Amino acid sequence: MTDLAAELIGVSKRFGPVLANDGIDLAVARGEVHAVVGENGAGKSTLMSILYGLHRPDAGEIRRDGQRITLRSPADAIRHGLGMVHQRFRLFPDLTVAENIVIGAEPVRRGHLDRAAAHRAVAALSEKYGLRADPSALVRGLPVGVRQRVEILRALYRDAEILILDEPTAVLTPGETDRLFEVLRTVAATGVSILLVTHKLSEVMAVGDRVTVLRQGRVTGRFTTRETNANELVNAMIGRSLTPPAPKRAQPPQENPVLEVRDLTIHDADGVARLSEVSLSVHPGEIVGLAGVAGSGQRELIDSVTGLRGAVPGVFLAGTPVLSGRDPRVAYVPEDRHGRATAPGMSVAENILMGAQRELGSRWSLPRAAVKKRAKDLVERFSISAASVDIPISALSGGNAQKAVLARELTRPSHVVVAEEPTQGVDVGVRERVHALLLAARDEGAAILLQSSELSELRELADRILVLYEGRVVAEFQGDAHETDIGRAMTGATE
Amino acid sequence: MNIFEWSFLSGVLTATAPVLLAALGGLLCQVAGVFNIALEGQLLWGAFTAVVVSDATGSAWAGVAGAIIATVLFSGLLSGASVRLKADPIVVAVGLNLLALGLTAFLMRQIFGSGGTYSSPDLAGLPTLAELGLDIPVLGPQSPLVPLALLLVVAMAWWLTRTRSGLRLRGAGQHLEAAEAVGLPVAAYRHGVTLAAGALCGLAGAQLSLGNVTLFSEGMSAGRGWIAVVAVMLSSVLPYRLLLACLLFGVAEAFGFRLQGAGLPQQAADAAPYVITLVALVLAAVWRRRSHEHA
Repeated sequence: MTDLAAELIGVSKRFGPVLANDGIDLAVARGEVHAVVGENGAGKSTLMSILYGLHRPDAGEIRRDGQRITLRSPADAIRHGLGMVHQRFRLFPDLTVAENIVIGAEPVRRGHLDRAAAHRAVAALSEKYGLRADPSALVRGLPVGVRQRVEILRALYRDAEILILDEPTAVLTPGETDRLFEVLRTVAATGVSILLVTHKLSEVMAVGDRVTVLRQGRVTGRFTTRETNANELVNAMIGRSLTPPAPKRAQPPQENPVLEVRDLTIHDADGVARLSEVSLSVHPGEIVGLAGVAGSGQRELIDSVTGLRGAVPGVFLAGTPVLSGRDPRVAYVPEDRHGRATAPGMSVAENILMGAQRELGSRWSLPRAAVKKRAKDLVERFSISAASVDIPISALSGGNAQKAVLARELTRPSHVVVAEEPTQGVDVGVRERVHALLLAARDEGAAILLQSSELSELRELADRILVLYEGRVVAEFQGDAHETDIGRAMTGATE
Repeated sequence: MNIFEWSFLSGVLTATAPVLLAALGGLLCQVAGVFNIALEGQLLWGAFTAVVVSDATGSAWAGVAGAIIATVLFSGLLSGASVRLKADPIVVAVGLNLLALGLTAFLMRQIFGSGGTYSSPDLAGLPTLAELGLDIPVLGPQSPLVPLALLLVVAMAWWLTRTRSGLRLRGAGQHLEAAEAVGLPVAAYRHGVTLAAGALCGLAGAQLSLGNVTLFSEGMSAGRGWIAVVAVMLSSVLPYRLLLACLLFGVAEAFGFRLQGAGLPQQAADAAPYVITLVALVLAAVWRRRSHEHA
């Protein structure tokens, strides 16, 4: 391909001691979907931030249509035909969809904002690319999938010729992801180049034309998707191949369930049922997967099982009712890593200690040395890479923070492990490690309830998969059931 | 006592005007994401500088202009320290409020030779609309700054929703990263609104010391700037709702004034507007939380 929309040549960027980008070359052809993959911390986000004018490179140059350009701010980048859909959306919650799209380049008639023209422009773009969104709706109330469409529409409205998407599918359901990919194909067909940052290899294979792989700030591979496979990409990403998934547990458990939910119904403040007559059981030595589109009752179910919703009638742990306010018999790996799972400002050692402080200290004191030693042992055992156990846990990468949470939760004496999106936002290496830890816990007899929006994850780990739809368990599958069958049940379709 | 008398309504507007002008400045800051709690100090500074300039020149309008300029400079301390030097705006604002209190008391002794209250025949007050030939009920006894304040409410509502710059300002206040991502110069907006709030507080101060009365006394802003801050918080950044919140204070103050005439102890009458405003704040907060829970 010779028709290059943008080139990065020898781009380097250093943050303190860390060389985030080390002489990276990246060439994007007109109208291609170019995937940029790599583990967390490989330098993908830094590279995209440089291309969008958020960071300035220490060395190297950026070219647009063969001309060297300098980007001092996103405004410069927009002027040069670049658009970016950020991982955490950058939308104005209390402005309408149309206002969010046109802001910065508003149509004006006789000194006034021309709302009608704005709505017309948005409608025309929606139509052209199949991105439906109500121009007069406030962004605040919109589902994430629609918000993402608004971000894409905004970039297209500003005539982006290169569209950067940073981990766009992290927040989407499988159905929404497919829709997004269709849209990206449509957009690329009009000559817009797409830079797709991701660490999900299935997506790269599904939608990418070419792939650039980064590892530790350098390019470790360039591939054409048609001529490569996921294994080759993994090798380039982590410098080794993944071990094949562990076999499922051989025989079904015979013992009594340790977690039992019987006819659980929960209403919200408005009297709407969030859960209706949900029953399930988890036995020692099994992983029960929980599938469903976001908001199908997962939050309420998990909060009931962990005791966070109070002593909910109908939830039993080892035969006795669940205790209010985080039942100590439950090991819980929350989705919200810097809210529920950790106290971001406290040290790694303190975060790993939480819940076990009584084992180490007396009522009045905590021996620092013992706390530190315990943390160091666990950091080593769970291969957490942390400069020291005294740094705040928020300074760790997402994957390492998650390993620290697992270290704390899996080592506590518990009856049940509840894991919520345990590999969200972590790279393939950590993902593999997290999966191994969960499987090892299961093999040692733990009862695990695993909620995940990634069907492939559920199919790799779970012995049984329950599907939640509008607060009901609508289907149960064996762990190796076909992805499309589970996906169909998630949308409420019945045979 | 008849609260439907014209003179009562006129009293309400008189009491409302300085609070409203200061609150408009606070609203502007709030829209752009600057929580400005220095309104009290700016209002006091405006009132003082208006009196100084009017006393020196013999012209009330020169006093108004002087107050605007002096208060814009004063609020430059806030925008410089908080936007440019990235100091904590709350800390800076508290400092400015204390500075205004101390500086006006100090300068008063330096310029007028005594503390307490200053009033003089040389001090020109603002003319009323009636004196300017517009003898209509309610507005007649007011200075021209009062209808100006009301017009500014309308103008701001229009500007914020119907113009390009208004939309951008609202955006800049809602989500910093989003504003930067679409290329808006957020820092420039924040400087701009802080200085504009200074101008409005200068007007408010001039109205207080040359319109409502014709004198300056130490600490004469007497919490009106804080009431303006509360009004901004009650307004959900909607100018018409801001007007309602300020009118509530105006009604309470005018009513308290009447009650004092009817024999209520002065302390109770003075406290009434603040108590009523506080109760309204609490009720509004409760109501808003309820409606959020239902949303």
